[in-house]
Amino acid sequence: MFENLTNRFEGILRNIRGKGRLGADEVEEVLREIRVALLDADVHLGVVRTLQDRIRERALGEELSGVLNPGQQVVRIVLEELTGILGGATMPITFASKPPTVVLLAGLQGSGKTTASAKLALWFKAKGRNPLLVGADLARPAAVEQLRTLAERIDVPVFSQPGDPVSVAAAGLVEARRLGRDVLICDTAGRLAIDDHLMAEVAQIAGVLEPHYTFFVLDAMTGQDAVNVAGAFHQRLELDAVVLTKLDGDSRGGAALSVSQVVGRPIAFASTGEALEDLEPFHPGRLASRILGMGDIETLIEKAEETFEAEQAEAAAARMLEGTFTLDDFLEQLRQIRSMGPVGDVMQMVPGMGQQVRDVEAELDEHRIDRIEGIIHSMTPDERTDPDVIDGSRRARIAAGSGTQVSEVSRLVRQFREMRTVMKQMGGSGSKGRGRGPKRGRKGKRQGGGGRTTPRGPVKVPKEGLALPGLGGDDRVGGLDPGVFGRGPPRSQG
Amino acid sequence: MSLRTRLGSAREALGTRLAGVRGRDEVDAATWDKLEEALILADVGVATSTALLARVRERAGADGVSDGADVVDLLKAEIIGRLDGVDRSLSERASPSVWLFVGVNGVGKTTTIGRLGHLRVSAGRSVVFAAGDTYRAAAVDQLVLWAGRAGATVVRGAEGADPSSVVFDAIEHAAAQGADLVLADTAGRVHTRRNLMDELAKVRRVAEKGAGSVTETLLVLDATTGQNGLVQARQFTEAADVTGLVLTKLDGSARGGIVLAVEGELGIPVKFVGVGEGLDDLVPFDPGDFVDALFEMGE
Repeated sequence: MFENLTNRFEGILRNIRGKGRLGADEVEEVLREIRVALLDADVHLGVVRTLQDRIRERALGEELSGVLNPGQQVVRIVLEELTGILGGATMPITFASKPPTVVLLAGLQGSGKTTASAKLALWFKAKGRNPLLVGADLARPAAVEQLRTLAERIDVPVFSQPGDPVSVAAAGLVEARRLGRDVLICDTAGRLAIDDHLMAEVAQIAGVLEPHYTFFVLDAMTGQDAVNVAGAFHQRLELDAVVLTKLDGDSRGGAALSVSQVVGRPIAFASTGEALEDLEPFHPGRLASRILGMGDIETLIEKAEETFEAEQAEAAAARMLEGTFTLDDFLEQLRQIRSMGPVGDVMQMVPGMGQQVRDVEAELDEHRIDRIEGIIHSMTPDERTDPDVIDGSRRARIAAGSGTQVSEVSRLVRQFREMRTVMKQMGGSGSKGRGRGPKRGRKGKRQGGGGRTTPRGPVKVPKEGLALPGLGGDDRVGGLDPGVFGRGPPRSQG
Repeated sequence: MSLRTRLGSAREALGTRLAGVRGRDEVDAATWDKLEEALILADVGVATSTALLARVRERAGADGVSDGADVVDLLKAEIIGRLDGVDRSLSERASPSVWLFVGVNGVGKTTTIGRLGHLRVSAGRSVVFAAGDTYRAAAVDQLVLWAGRAGATVVRGAEGADPSSVVFDAIEHAAAQGADLVLADTAGRVHTRRNLMDELAKVRRVAEKGAGSVTETLLVLDATTGQNGLVQARQFTEAADVTGLVLTKLDGSARGGIVLAVEGELGIPVKFVGVGEGLDDLVPFDPGDFVDALFEMGE
């Protein structure tokens, strides 16, 4: 998500960071760059101007005199402004004291309302609620059929009937009460904001349903027009929030910023994939820091803390950097990473990973990880500790045992060996030549209670250096941040 | 009815903006700012806008233009000049010819097939729809409904079937029936999902293996799409060798300016434009109409 923005800011700020002070000319230069970056990311022109003004004012004002260097301060200012626009916190969803809690979805054609309806139903179900889906899209051929098929997969009932959408909504509400469903989610037909007749119709649906939440469904790939459309829907429906869809592609998100700013409503949910589970409450602060190329450290740390056994990870990290990392360790790391969620999602959170993640993601599908696990499981403990003992006949045995090809086994072993070598080199040079000087390194050490030997912050690894063992093309897999595998969670003080 | 007339209601904002430029009898920094603003708000993008305006400035300087209206005309002429003289026809040189429709989710691929099928059936062709979107729930049902309206026949596989084989079967069926044209639907896919793009490349390859030949691969692009449209075009071209664009939903308030960048940078011509929800609301792309609609409404 937001990769292009991330890349642009990373590029810009790399240039400023070296400088001691930031004059008015430099501020303007930065602002011009920020303008292009934001426009390229489809942030609305008006919103870009507002942002530029605010950033200029703050950058030139008295605030630029603190302990941080000017580059860092600009980053912080931009970050705060973006976060301000996106809204500070995740939007809480509360439930009506008198059920059902009614959720209405509206938006343009093709924005993803039907899929989002089903995803929301699943989300509510996971919260222990009993949703009813109401199919009020009678315009698009087979839309209700699509909703029924999706609903069947998640075992949620659907109500719809022929006729007009307003009566479907009304009857749906009666049905929800009759069945004792405590959440009603109403899917509506896509409509153009300039179509008065259909806009009046959706307003009527809202009049009948009196929704507790009216969500505007926004395609994350939308351009400058997003604010016009959202504005028009807001005028008719009094939107409560935005559901952002198709966020699993690449350069999207400017539309989200713009809509939040112009309509003054938060983004409640973001859809990040095709599976029905791929809907998450939206974390504005985290996303803002990602926009700035700082990586979604907060999320990564949180997920890591939930999952990692700290001691074990620290020990594995230490072994990794000593070069005594074993295939057992590797297997354990793989398991932990998988328990954090889809590998691609995890990689997205690592600072500096934006560009590489697309390449890596394709290689890291779960099936291949299954095969790697299979191969390692077919090895003896000795082989896992010291893969160098694996000769031709052992390779054949392992391949037979894991139902894979000998070449796959060879590749895993070879790449693992290479990775271990690189790790070892990194361990040896961890305190010099990387990171942003000794300050970071010291800080890292203090916080890490002695366990951390690599500096915090983005660690660029040579592309060829760190192909993930067994995960395909030596040429295609980008460098993995060793932190994904080797770094334990930062320990809190005391 | 011209595109411009059909798009009337959606064009006020941009038109008014340029009307402000036209009314001025001098050309200054504010003029250029307003022109850039208009282009960016139409999703033309910073790079293409900058290039266009640099060229117009040059010509304005050379011609000694000092009037706002003339600068607007120069800009229009510059854009039309870049779009003119491009072959925008859809090739039917094979028998049967296969047109493959690709794009991200929700851009209107299935609907476009319905309408384009209707156009070709009206022109006397015998048309088969291949229900290659085996992923989206009820996508096949939607295509079947469109086939009924358009007068085409549908070849379908089971839900979750391999789209390559469904498309292949449709082509074989069309050949056996002596049909002229196969319009092949595919599931919407986000272009960053490599496995799905590989799947698409396979559909494209397999479609060549049977009796017919793929004569067009059309990327369907939603007019609301922003700068990501260029990335989409690049990725889909890499996977499936895109030969043309269909720009949908141009009847909304979005202007579809990204196609200028796609055509300019990748040389992929826009072939058809969707301007409404009806069976007849798909028209051949006309550069003059498109630019008129982009700039002159509300004046």
